[in-house]
Amino acid sequence: MSVPVRLARGAAGVIHPGRRRRVEPIFYWFLLPTLLVFTALVLLPAVVGLFYSFTDYVGFGTWSFTGITNYRAVFSDPSVLAAYEFTIGFALVTVVVAQVVALALALGLTGRIRYATALRSIFVIPMVISGIVIAYVFEYLFSNTLPSLATSVGFGPLEQSILGNPSLAWTAIVIVSAWQTIPGALLIYIAGLLTIPDELYEAAALDGASPWRRFRSITLPLIAGFVVINSVLGVKGYLNAYDIIVALTYGGPGTATRSVAMTIFSGYTGGDYAYQMANAAVFFVLTVVVSLLQLLATRGRGLRLR
Amino acid sequence: MNAIDAAMRSRRPAGVRPHTGRERPVRRTRRIGAPNWPVTVALMVAALTVVVPLYVTVAMSLKNSSQAADGNAFAPPWPISPHNFVEAWRLTRFPVSFGISLAVAAVTVAGTLVLSSLAAYAIARNWDRRIFRWSFFYLLGAMFLPFPVVALPQIKLTALLGIDNPVGVALLHIVFQLSFSVLLYSAFLRSIPGTLEESARIDGATTWQVFWRIIMPLLGPMNATVGIFAFLASWNDYMMPSLITADPAQQTLPVVQNIFQSQFGTNYNIAFASYLMAMAPTVVVYLFSQRWVIRGMTQGAVKQ
Repeated sequence: MSVPVRLARGAAGVIHPGRRRRVEPIFYWFLLPTLLVFTALVLLPAVVGLFYSFTDYVGFGTWSFTGITNYRAVFSDPSVLAAYEFTIGFALVTVVVAQVVALALALGLTGRIRYATALRSIFVIPMVISGIVIAYVFEYLFSNTLPSLATSVGFGPLEQSILGNPSLAWTAIVIVSAWQTIPGALLIYIAGLLTIPDELYEAAALDGASPWRRFRSITLPLIAGFVVINSVLGVKGYLNAYDIIVALTYGGPGTATRSVAMTIFSGYTGGDYAYQMANAAVFFVLTVVVSLLQLLATRGRGLRLR
Repeated sequence: MNAIDAAMRSRRPAGVRPHTGRERPVRRTRRIGAPNWPVTVALMVAALTVVVPLYVTVAMSLKNSSQAADGNAFAPPWPISPHNFVEAWRLTRFPVSFGISLAVAAVTVAGTLVLSSLAAYAIARNWDRRIFRWSFFYLLGAMFLPFPVVALPQIKLTALLGIDNPVGVALLHIVFQLSFSVLLYSAFLRSIPGTLEESARIDGATTWQVFWRIIMPLLGPMNATVGIFAFLASWNDYMMPSLITADPAQQTLPVVQNIFQSQFGTNYNIAFASYLMAMAPTVVVYLFSQRWVIRGMTQGAVKQ
């Protein structure tokens, strides 16, 4: 039987076998402020909120325990269920659109093209612009410019603003959300594509493989990990959709594009604090599922939190 | 959690290469042979999806009211009407909202850099101790708690503490940056050999001095990455300030744009002048420092 050797690290990270060193007290002081603000501003509110989700608290005044009544109500509330349906559907559609476009752009930008640097600079611009501000710009384009263009060319379906159409408004949200998140995915794909050695493509080309075949048999398998990570991170971001929807439709028309975040925030002004905390707890479970997928996807490929 | 554990245990995690500042990717593009013009042209057309909304913003912001109302967003502005900016400046109280946005972003960046680098240093150098390992996973737990999940109690808490104002917004921006930043820093710190610290210590430096004089400078490239992410997340945020800050007079630049949705709904030229003033700072800074920004963002995003 082997004897486990305890390795202790010196203060500067040097390993001294067989001796368990003391931790310098100052390291606790380095860590403490971060733990404190995190506990006070994230964990504590989370626990308090979870607690109230089992009560009939309206945001002020007295309250009493109601058990899982709020949770039952959440699962049978058509407006909340519609918000989940919209949010998850929107997230899935947007992630596909954004990943396909980002990957296509990355393939183009890493190819034999002119003005690669300038083009890349342009494509990354959306990343530095505030989502709500650019969404106001798009709101104008969708509700004024697009209908007037459609009218002048006589294209009936777009003569009315798509933002006012309950069955089309979501497409505008997909477009703007993709517009804003494509650069992040694009940078990751560019970095991924640059790790693929040229020789692979050259050898495949010599063997007579078509460009599509080279993409399918070389590029795609080698960047599959990036696709998975980008997709999971994308879904995670889109699930929290709020800013862009506020600017484009404010959840409308009616409640056609209300996201889960919007329903939760309505608990602040709407007087159903405890009820929306139950909703938030359900949303938390959804986030955990996606985050676990993220951890699964990042296994053995280093770590990423976003 | 196994992946995280493994990455933290190894001296050089899979993700991070020590940054020497000199390294260059082997190649940026496949430049052998003649340029592929069809692809170049296709990308230029695709770039219009970015350029056109920005062009419309600039064009609209320079139109007078009747030009703006005629509905053709693409028509160039003539005669140019710079008066819109004066009006937008006044309506949004631009110097105030800009100043608040800048202050919130500055506090967020400074707080994120200092708090998470200190914490990451403590964690990386004491990884053999359970309490530091657990603290790390505890901080990572933030990834399960996006703002909407904890928003309602946080709104109550900040009101209770009297920080339902830009101070509270900056604090929340910091805490939502922490887990990502601590992760980046601690992975990077594991890749820095301890010899430099050891020799400084032999010369009598305290841990505090070692951190500020040796570790902080070494963290340079990571600071840029963490700082850029923290700045953009804070500067561009709408969700948190709009919900946390109670007094509309203390709102940040993205939030005050909502006045054009109600009161001045049809003055598109003035609204767009305001949008342009809200967007321009980051776009201009980006265009002048893009090599830096792109490297920083790629490094933060890809730890491969």
